[in-house]
Amino acid sequence: MTEALSQQVRQIVSDVFGVPMDHVREDSSPETVETWDSMRHLNLVLAVEEKFNLQFTPEEMEQMRSVGQIVELVHTRM
Amino acid sequence: MKPEEKSAELRQEINRAISEQTIEVASARIDELWRREPGPSSAAFIAPHIERLRGQLNLARLRMAVLRSYTVEPVIPLLRAAAFGFRVDLEVHVGDYNAYMQEILDVNSPLYRFEPDVVIVAVRLADVAPELWQEYAVLEPAAVQDAVERVSRTLEQMVASFRQRSRAALIVHNMEQPVHAALGVLDSQVEASQLESVQSINREFRRIARQNRGVYILNYDNLVARHGRVLWQDDRKFFAVGLPIAAHGLIHVANEWLRFLVPLSGRVAKALVVDLDNTLWGGVIGEDGMTGIKLGVEYPGAAYQALQRAMLDLSRRGILLAICSKNNPQEAMEALQKHQGMLLKPADFAAMRINWHEKSQGLREISAELNIGLDSLAFLDDDPFEREQVRTGAPDVLVIDLPEDPMRYASAVRDCPAFERLTLSVEDRARRSMYAKERERTRAEEAFRSKGEFFRYLRQEAEIQSATPASIARIAQLTQKTNQFNVTTRRYSEQQVAEIVANTGWQVLSMRVKDRFGDHGIVGVAITRDDEEVCEIDTFLLSCRVIGRAVETALLSHIAQEAAARGRKRLAGWFVPTKMNAPAAQFYAQSGFECQTKDGECQRWIFDLEIGQIRCPDWIRLNVSEGGGI
Repeated sequence: MTEALSQQVRQIVSDVFGVPMDHVREDSSPETVETWDSMRHLNLVLAVEEKFNLQFTPEEMEQMRSVGQIVELVHTRM
Repeated sequence: MKPEEKSAELRQEINRAISEQTIEVASARIDELWRREPGPSSAAFIAPHIERLRGQLNLARLRMAVLRSYTVEPVIPLLRAAAFGFRVDLEVHVGDYNAYMQEILDVNSPLYRFEPDVVIVAVRLADVAPELWQEYAVLEPAAVQDAVERVSRTLEQMVASFRQRSRAALIVHNMEQPVHAALGVLDSQVEASQLESVQSINREFRRIARQNRGVYILNYDNLVARHGRVLWQDDRKFFAVGLPIAAHGLIHVANEWLRFLVPLSGRVAKALVVDLDNTLWGGVIGEDGMTGIKLGVEYPGAAYQALQRAMLDLSRRGILLAICSKNNPQEAMEALQKHQGMLLKPADFAAMRINWHEKSQGLREISAELNIGLDSLAFLDDDPFEREQVRTGAPDVLVIDLPEDPMRYASAVRDCPAFERLTLSVEDRARRSMYAKERERTRAEEAFRSKGEFFRYLRQEAEIQSATPASIARIAQLTQKTNQFNVTTRRYSEQQVAEIVANTGWQVLSMRVKDRFGDHGIVGVAITRDDEEVCEIDTFLLSCRVIGRAVETALLSHIAQEAAARGRKRLAGWFVPTKMNAPAAQFYAQSGFECQTKDGECQRWIFDLEIGQIRCPDWIRLNVSEGGGI
């Protein structure tokens, strides 16, 4: 379950930031991904929300700063 | 394959196709990805690829500007990806946040320098008349009236100013009603209702659009209602990032815009070509007959009537209807003419191809007969196989993806932007009868496309197994139900199949077919009996879902190989013609059998196993598994 979830999140990160899948790791973050700016961060949040049918609070949106954190957040919300 | 793996694989295929410059493959896979998972993630993947394909594909270009009072940026990639499915390529300018008025009034604004073909005005009531949105409870009726008049006067001035500076189409979102009226249920009792004030504004908008050429109203209030007003909103995100729409709603905004952009780009469908069995009615007319097919006012036949009603609505918009189906023509025509549940009549169809040819060919013929380009045809079929055959064999045709649930067929048609029209002429309304008269006159030549390429893409697998306790019920059912591809039409009960299996010298085989779209289950049956030197084919049948895919040859090749291995010298079988089994009439001849004798209408066919070989087509993977005894 977490494996599939992690892969889905990595796919979204890869799509939204235009980074190849095999470059996306658990610790990929705005520090390591050059294209991770504020507008794309919103796109990322929306893509995760749409994929998992969730709605995040502004506080949660701020917490989504790495692949690992997003996976964990989605996991607790599902 | 797990969905997330399939999803990653498709993206790899797209990347590969683009780097290898195989443009058709790249576009087809992008379409497939978008059909599978339309959403923000795949849109973000697809949008940059469209820019790399631009220039190599025949795309309709459209310059679109959005003037807005809220965040719309996340809609743009979704719009680009969705538009690509209609081969529309968008250049997009998004105006500054809440600067819509300056952009329209200022002749030197970025809007006019962009030279748009289309301008969308997406503004909320909270921005143009905050008092109606937030302070309604303390407003005097006169102030309500003032607000309504002010908003409509503002739009009138905007339109007038815009028309002096641009000839672009102007699409204006109407105003969305609040989720909750300030007065609660009282709102519907008082004279100055808040919800009605919004409706008054929207009525004024409609009047202004009718009086100004090239100005159109997008019924945003209806869009929100259609998808659920409560679920549509995301207030938290509005306060945080200015986006009032929940993530799942963004694609609906993109699709609603597309209903205007597609007709403005000219990429419309002029005719809708439909399948019959399980599309226009439930069931298979060749199997279920007039009394067995589902079509009427009650469930489940009502789903098909709803589709027919949607098609009638299209024909009133001037869109032609046509039929392309695999049926015996007499049976199909009888249903079209006489079935009580039919809302559409034969005269409603401008062209018909009811035969056993490939559908891409039927569509080419219809295109020639109606003198409408293939790129102006839309195709509707419940069967994913046929849809893919058309996508491969006639890639210009717009293939509509039908959901699995027939109750949603009508919506799939009504939602398709290619059927939208922004104006309607008298001709449009008369077109239906015009074509019906011309139908008999034209005859088109038959066109061919490569079959092998399509079949290879399908990755078909035929899994052949001796009868097992688990498969006997399905085998018996197929012998009882199958009328079309059935060489002898011998009917067996479950009990009889079990007895045959127990007899020495008899073989009962089932064939399961899978392809890249999924598992069709057991769709083929063969029963053979060894008689000295001869292996006698007692029964050979194929469910109508897999006719025309060469899987019968896979099954026959296995029978031939096994018979030879058991020391038989000849394969023999009867073809017993019935009213319905024309699709199987050429089977033995095409497989290399010789007609040995005739007995009345019946023909006996022989294949010499010592001389000839029956090969499984190399595009079908043949798996043989031992069924084990009973």
